[in-house]
Amino acid sequence: MTEVVAPSPPPSPPVARAASGLSRRLDGVLLTLIAGAVLLWFLPVGMGRYGTYVLTLWLVTSIAVMGLNLTLGIAGLKSLAQAAFMGIGAYTTAILGTKFGVDWYSCFLMSGLLSFALGLLLGFPALRVKAHYLAFVTLAFATLVWLVFRNEQWLTGGTFGIANIARPTLFGIRTDGALAFHRFVVVVTLVLALALWWLIRSPWGRAFLALRENPIRAASLGVDIRAYTLLAFAIGSAYGGFAGALYSPLVEFIDPSPFALSASFMLLLMVVAGGSGYQLGPFVGALVAVALPEWLRFTGGLYLIVFGVVVLLLLIACPQGILGLAERGWNALRARLGAGAAEPSR
Amino acid sequence: MAELVAYIVAGLATGAIYALAAIGFTLVWQTSQTINFAQGEYVMLPAILILAGVSFFGLPLWAAALLGGLVFVAVFGAGFKIAVVDPMIRHGVLPLAIATMALAIIMKEGAKDFFSSEAQTFPSPFPAGAVDILGVSLSIQHIAIIAVAFIAIGMLQWFVSRTRTGRQMQATAQNPGVALILGIPVARMVMLTFAINAALAVLASVLVSPLYLAKFSNGEVIGLFAFIAAIVGGFNQVRGALGGGLIVGVVDSLAAAYISSSYRLAVPLALLVLIILIKPEGLFGRREERRI
Repeated sequence: MTEVVAPSPPPSPPVARAASGLSRRLDGVLLTLIAGAVLLWFLPVGMGRYGTYVLTLWLVTSIAVMGLNLTLGIAGLKSLAQAAFMGIGAYTTAILGTKFGVDWYSCFLMSGLLSFALGLLLGFPALRVKAHYLAFVTLAFATLVWLVFRNEQWLTGGTFGIANIARPTLFGIRTDGALAFHRFVVVVTLVLALALWWLIRSPWGRAFLALRENPIRAASLGVDIRAYTLLAFAIGSAYGGFAGALYSPLVEFIDPSPFALSASFMLLLMVVAGGSGYQLGPFVGALVAVALPEWLRFTGGLYLIVFGVVVLLLLIACPQGILGLAERGWNALRARLGAGAAEPSR
Repeated sequence: MAELVAYIVAGLATGAIYALAAIGFTLVWQTSQTINFAQGEYVMLPAILILAGVSFFGLPLWAAALLGGLVFVAVFGAGFKIAVVDPMIRHGVLPLAIATMALAIIMKEGAKDFFSSEAQTFPSPFPAGAVDILGVSLSIQHIAIIAVAFIAIGMLQWFVSRTRTGRQMQATAQNPGVALILGIPVARMVMLTFAINAALAVLASVLVSPLYLAKFSNGEVIGLFAFIAAIVGGFNQVRGALGGGLIVGVVDSLAAAYISSSYRLAVPLALLVLIILIKPEGLFGRREERRI
């Protein structure tokens, strides 16, 4: 019934293309990640506390978006609960750290594990029915989790939140300062991004892609659809938990508001605005959502409207996101220079 | 017992309003695969426009309602279709759904920044007070809301199933390809559903705002309930959205009264999950065949 109104499926992002071009492109991703980490290590020098904070927040948000990009952009599952998983990670870290004195690294692992396990529990019944019902179930889950954060005062502090969340120590060096913590986050982000880069290159990653492109064909080729779907969703959720575990010590105070349903929508928006399925897309998308409102402060109270308009125009102009637009421009440029015909799959 | 009946009637009244929003939501989904995440904001904004017409231009209420409704249908019915849906729908469902999220931000922040961040009273078109029916005291406003919503939905159902244009619209929803071959002006029919969606939103807004006040943030809850109603009732049917809206309204009203006010939202959500697990096509929906 979609023949007239929506005649063609969206063109596949580059990771789905021929295997010959795949390895070269991914090496480009690897180089960009490492160069970016080096740049970000030094960038905030002289930026001041607030500038550094925004930069760190961008990276933490990127981790959550990376996870969602795996679930949505690579495996093709729509999740509306990524902010809830981020909240679960943030509260796990805050509660274990402030009430039980658990060190940050254990909190970090627990946050990821808990999100992973909840992702499995949530995905199992939903995916038993049909893949796109996962979106509705995650919507309900996100709202329920937010209700728990708000109402269970004995555990989460309710709307008063949890304060005095300690920052981690690395080899005896405290990361209490804005710059020190920023550098700590740069390292953690790099490690998590590299892990995901490796995962997507691995046979598992290929199976995730097959899942998005054509689940029935993937099944006929022997890919266990349900196991891989669950795994993609659970790993994506775990990244949400990891992001939360960094978010708590970053802001040092958490309350339920940043983990509401609208925040989950926002993370989904970042995946698509950056370029769904592109490995560097999450960083671009999170930059749009975290930094653009800051740059728009000069518009006074109107910055959110301007932000909405910019995102809307961006999506109308380029539904494949910013990296999709960049790739289109790059391909057009190559074609004009005459190199496009020789190597079309690049 | 009398108390229970009153709660159920109140639930039916809000449920009928959710049904109006849910019907527009499913109509637009059926004809153009547009998932409108701004649906709640669609119900929030018309009341704000009407109040703005009264306070900025000094219009009498009826003129403001007429003008506000027309402007809303033109901009957020036809304008939305032309400026947002048309250029994006070729690229799949998801980017468009995200664009409607951005639209929701714009509508919400626009209402807040250009009108007011405070809740505003909205005059009720119906008299206040209560009537006794069989010993149960019922609010006139609730009964009037149920009546108006049912008349509107009845007229819509009559239009869709009995008129030539309505049947063409239905054909477009069921199979646009075949509809086009049969000479049905598919593009015009799709446009019509967007206009109907906006008009239903205006009606829902006028009905709901006297109950809950007009506020920029109202859209979040209304949108969530419209979404739940559409899924519980069945995503592909008008009667599904109606049934879903009424059920969700009553469940919410009873949950608020008898379970706990802090977890009242959890009950309709639990219902949603239950329906997905037991009867995923919705209570009144048709099973969709699998496409390869």
